[in-house]
Amino acid sequence: MFELTALELSTAISSKQIGVEEALSAYFKSIETEDGKYNSFLSLSKEAALTKAREIQKRIDAGERISPLAGVPIAIKDNISTKDIETTCASKALSGYVPVYNATVVDKLEEAGMIVVGKLNMDEFAMGGSSETGYMGPVRNPWDSYRVAGGSSGGSAAAIAAGMVPLALGTDTGGSIRQPCSFCGTTGIKPTYGAVSRYGLIAYASSLDQIGPMGKNLEDCATLLSIISGPDEKDGTCIIEKPFEFEQSDSNSLDGMIIGIPKNYYEGGIDNSVKTSVLAAARKLEEAGARLEEFEMPLMEYMIPTYYVIACAEASSNLSRFDGLKYGHYTSDSDELSDFYRNSRSEGFGMEIKRRIMLGSFVLSSGYYDAYYKKALQARRLIKDAYDSLFQRYDMIISPVAPTTAYKIGENIDDPLKMYMGDIYTVSINLAGLPAVSLPCGFDENKLPIGFQLIGKAFSEPTLVKAGKTYQLINN
Amino acid sequence: MSKPVEIDDKLLSYLEDLSLLRLSDEEKPRIVKDLGEIINYINKLSELDTENIPQCSHPFDNVNAFRSDEAQESYERELILKNAANENGEMFIAPKTVDTQ
Repeated sequence: MFELTALELSTAISSKQIGVEEALSAYFKSIETEDGKYNSFLSLSKEAALTKAREIQKRIDAGERISPLAGVPIAIKDNISTKDIETTCASKALSGYVPVYNATVVDKLEEAGMIVVGKLNMDEFAMGGSSETGYMGPVRNPWDSYRVAGGSSGGSAAAIAAGMVPLALGTDTGGSIRQPCSFCGTTGIKPTYGAVSRYGLIAYASSLDQIGPMGKNLEDCATLLSIISGPDEKDGTCIIEKPFEFEQSDSNSLDGMIIGIPKNYYEGGIDNSVKTSVLAAARKLEEAGARLEEFEMPLMEYMIPTYYVIACAEASSNLSRFDGLKYGHYTSDSDELSDFYRNSRSEGFGMEIKRRIMLGSFVLSSGYYDAYYKKALQARRLIKDAYDSLFQRYDMIISPVAPTTAYKIGENIDDPLKMYMGDIYTVSINLAGLPAVSLPCGFDENKLPIGFQLIGKAFSEPTLVKAGKTYQLINN
Repeated sequence: MSKPVEIDDKLLSYLEDLSLLRLSDEEKPRIVKDLGEIINYINKLSELDTENIPQCSHPFDNVNAFRSDEAQESYERELILKNAANENGEMFIAPKTVDTQ
């Protein structure tokens, strides 16, 4: 059963080949036996899931067609609020916090009859690219448990890769869905900013964060995206008019499509195996009818600086809400209010969080604001304009997701700048608010997965999904 | 901006205040080193000509979304207070801020 895609499982459920509870119990058993090795789950909600499974089974038995993924188990990254289920962002600062409401996406999963099995490990507050910084320890890569799963949605990718769950939700602020997919050989979609409600997502950088689907293939992910996307009156930035609809297409032809290859992405600090595999994927798309054209990606050396200035500035503001008073960790070492705040925060946050909050405070501080924050906002405009003009010519861009495959646990943890460099191919997509799909395209010499991404203009998810599905069909 | 920024004790203490954090003696040298390296790296931005380029604080220049000003049901007070460090069934209780003596 663990070989089945989410859509195959839902077909097996609706045709009565397998019961919802039976499938769910098998997945729980898999989590209980396997996850000791990978540390991808932070909590399980077994009882609520079993109750829900029985309810969904009754409705299916009564002939109700709830959704294309009814009865399918799903796990959720721990920065997405789940009513009555502890939500910690893998941080001591939020240990014990139980939300009183669901994120909008979680309500949508429940309406679609999906079964939430538990919450997934991640980098603390989604700040990282290796899922090593959470207070419950690192996530381990199912392809090699001495290596990282990528991050920050590392628990999501590892749980899918290890067959512990067919689908998961992740979040992507600078690559946090795409890069763990690349490291673990799974598929994911970073939706256009404003396509999926962020209500109930614990914010890292509000102008960059998006929730998106992660799974075994693009068809599953697209189906999940059609469920979670759509307008939400609780999120004014969610500007999409209606949920995505992805048409079933019998044609695998990409005739007439022009795909840009940023040739400077394939020079310098990229692993040879990654370069070879991604360019081979491009040629597969060419065989399916697309035309490939090389171009020089402008502003490449400014992408990471721009991202870290903006993301940390927003993080320093967003994380000011954690004062220990209303929820989460609080100090026992203080009887005065301002010490209570300081000590609660200093005890609760890990090193990377402190680093980013302080960098954010620095770039926003008087005397440095213009030189850093304002400058980065102007650079962001240039990056966004550059993409706008590229997408007048290209239907999509093909790019690596990360310059390397999964590295060893602990290898980069003491060198934040080196860790940030791994985000070179992903962060600009968030700065410009664009969608991208991340797909596996082979293995390196250590048998570690490699991924590539297809990037499109805003709300072009249907085009990206068509091309990505075509790739996955002809490659199987 | 292109000149290196030195994180001296004064700047570090100022950033701790702004961030409402208190670093331990072990954390301080690490943060000073890391912030110094990161700031040195992001100084790259100073090379970019941004004369007359408008700022972009959001991917889409959407306008504010308004809804009608109507009271809506909120969450149960009792449930919200369950997460608090200290509460009295009605309110959060914070350490005393004013000396009444």
